[in-house]
Amino acid sequence: MTTNSPSEKRLEELREQAWKEGVVAGKGVDVAGGPIPRKPGYYGEPVVKPPVWTWEVPLYFFFGGMAGMSAVIASGAVIFHHLDLARTAMWVASIAGAILSPILLIMDLGRPHLFLNMLRVFKHRSAMSMGAWILSAFGACAVPGLIALELHAHQIFPGTLDQLLRVAAGIFICAAAIFGTLLATYTGVLIGATAIPAWFLHRTLLPIHFGTAGLGSAAAALELLGHRIPTLNFIGFYAAGIETALLIWLSVDKHGAADRAIHEHASGWLIRIGEILNGPLALVLRFFGLVPFAAVSFLIGALVSRVGWIAVGKVSGSDPESVFAAERY
Amino acid sequence: MIGEGIRSTNQRKHSYVRDHVEVGFFTDPSVCIGCKACEVACKEWNEVPDDGFTWSGNSYDNTGHLGASTWRHVMFLEQDRAKGNQIAGPMSLDEDPFRWVFLSDVCKHCEEAGCLEACPTGSIVRTEVGSVLVQNDVCNGCGYCVVSCPFGVIDRRPSPLPDAGGAFKCTFCYDRQKSGLVPACAKVCPTESIVFGRLDDLRARATERVQQLQQSGYNDAQLYDPTETSVRGIHAFFLILGEPEAYGLPPKPQIPTIYLKSAWTSAFATAIASIIATLLAFAFFS
Repeated sequence: MTTNSPSEKRLEELREQAWKEGVVAGKGVDVAGGPIPRKPGYYGEPVVKPPVWTWEVPLYFFFGGMAGMSAVIASGAVIFHHLDLARTAMWVASIAGAILSPILLIMDLGRPHLFLNMLRVFKHRSAMSMGAWILSAFGACAVPGLIALELHAHQIFPGTLDQLLRVAAGIFICAAAIFGTLLATYTGVLIGATAIPAWFLHRTLLPIHFGTAGLGSAAAALELLGHRIPTLNFIGFYAAGIETALLIWLSVDKHGAADRAIHEHASGWLIRIGEILNGPLALVLRFFGLVPFAAVSFLIGALVSRVGWIAVGKVSGSDPESVFAAERY
Repeated sequence: MIGEGIRSTNQRKHSYVRDHVEVGFFTDPSVCIGCKACEVACKEWNEVPDDGFTWSGNSYDNTGHLGASTWRHVMFLEQDRAKGNQIAGPMSLDEDPFRWVFLSDVCKHCEEAGCLEACPTGSIVRTEVGSVLVQNDVCNGCGYCVVSCPFGVIDRRPSPLPDAGGAFKCTFCYDRQKSGLVPACAKVCPTESIVFGRLDDLRARATERVQQLQQSGYNDAQLYDPTETSVRGIHAFFLILGEPEAYGLPPKPQIPTIYLKSAWTSAFATAIASIIATLLAFAFFS
């Protein structure tokens, strides 16, 4: 080892800086009594692993939530004889839930060609396994439901066969609605039941947020697709109201260092901006009758807050102090 | 015990897999010399790729942390405490106390394993010897085990490394054990800081060692084996000097499945509320 090696040079730099300033920032020998401020834990290394998920996952949460709750609106529309609304809602449910969601979920895998291994076991104690089955069941109900509904709407078959199609559409759509509510909410369980402090500390809030944001997104999407009806407006008010309440909940229910990723950093701002867009702002816009603006605001908010929650997981998982604080809590 | 030589459990052939005997690791930093032979043996035997050659500046540890391509990790702690009754400093008693502690970290093979519960493909299984094993050919790289491990052990291997995309961690040398061989790290450890053996024997041995150290002045020696939490104990436990936090070990690790009940309750409540709100909207606003 010569004195010209990079590590020797670095040591020289550290010595000089410590001599001049007393304290050295950055990488170096983190030793008791040394010039460099001590980092928490073991040299500040993460205690748990931050999520490896990339942009596909928040987008999947967004489309999955919208698709699932669209099926719920479709089932209401079927029950109350709004055929046009039911058809649009089932198109949204099928495209977002049976095409976009699986594609995004598969793209996020480290080995996409092995996706089907998800369906070789059924584990009720794994939210990921439940999610794979819920998504499959949803697709298996939504697509036949849409086909039956379209065949019925266009009167392709005569008489009894058409009546059968109508009944089949009703059954498939109601089944899709039930799996749809789970598709929209299980994502909250998925990240709530992990070792990431900022996530598991808010495991009760997360399914409410994801499910309600899904319902509001479905209503907003349908409104933007031309269904400006009081029914969807009411659902929009309901979703924005709940999201406003969740924003207040989140700002009151603080856990100090354990969930500081939600209240500090860029990740915290993503959640706040998202929650303001799909909470109070959407509510106010709707109150003044600016329905399309409220719908756009809600959709952007729902997407941004999902991106924010994944970002929070990355920050919180990389922060050893948040893990220690959560366990001492 | 120390000095057993050829009779030690680290050197004997065994039939634990055939006999379904629970085995584990006991890792003792008080005799570790920080040679990193365990890291090297692990990489060699399991053909684990390198994961970068970076200078961390953290004592002699340039490995950093356990991960997809690091299944043994020797930690180097520099602490302002005396090691047992040692006299710190070469010249006088006035010198600041200082100790250098080495500990070889590894997958804990939890009694209740978060990664195993989270795995949606059934790729992660419990073996005959009680260890937790990832079956590489089944794993589709969903990444859920990564956030479900309370110890931050398992990780997804990034491209362009060989076998990228899958989740990896210590296999407890399951392939070696099936042939009656001791895991590579324990076999190679020159000071028996890593001891391999029957779980019940190891627990007794660890308790004895903690007492022995405390009697010789290591007042902060303790066993790290979280049996009181939902993890219900680990199969690779450690003797530690000082607090677990200093080793990056969680003081009270919990298996994330304990959060399922409240999260699913909230999900079902939201599902029902959404259906009711939608039906009300149709009934009264259309």
